Amino acid sequence: MKLQVVYFARYREALGLDGEALEGDFQVLDDVRKALLERGQGYAVLAEQNLMCARNQELCRLAEPVAEGDEVAFFPPVTGG
Amino acid sequence: MAIRVQAQPFDAGQEVNAMHAANVGVGAVVAFVGYVRDFNDGREVAGMFLEHYPGMTEKALDKIVVQAQQRWPLLKVEVLHRIGALQPGEPIVFVGIASAHRQAAFDACNFVMDYLKTQAPFWKKESTALGPRWVEGRQSDQDAAERW
Repeated sequence: MKLQVVYFARYREALGLDGEALEGDFQVLDDVRKALLERGQGYAVLAEQNLMCARNQELCRLAEPVAEGDEVAFFPPVTGG
Repeated sequence: MAIRVQAQPFDAGQEVNAMHAANVGVGAVVAFVGYVRDFNDGREVAGMFLEHYPGMTEKALDKIVVQAQQRWPLLKVEVLHRIGALQPGEPIVFVGIASAHRQAAFDACNFVMDYLKTQAPFWKKESTALGPRWVEGRQSDQDAAERW
């Protein structure tokens, strides 16, 4: 399965990238997060308890199923307004 | 309904006037304006950068406004949010709600702001004398959104 993963704010800075293409066997969004976490270094931010995520630009939970071609996003709690 | 995400400053007075300009059925307008402060969490703030998630931001705001419209009888809703570089004293966000009677407008404005604070993908980065820092999400904002 091919996905596009995007990062924002503090996570984007920790990783030094806006996003990346990812290929693997994933069922839910948490599988994607865990696969990335295994890479170590900057990816450690994805272990944060208050991490937020989105699938195809809609907020969701880590248990959300993922499908081919999805855009998955990981980011810290939002602080607008 | 109008949703705008823009780098340019706005005039809150003009926005309020536009809330009832074309509709004499409007009996109440409630508006919230958020500004950049020059002090936060123990540090002086010289400026701020607002990052967002292009595409999702508009969708998230749209969803929040639709929810407000389903809960209260609203005549007009406007949400305006700045992005990019901002200086202390500049407006960040405008939420305007027009309705026939005040209570719906007060409640809906509060609701939209609480949801915007916890669900719209914006992030603030402050410039301080000790260097830049990301503003952290607050539990009090989460609690405020959960009461609805």
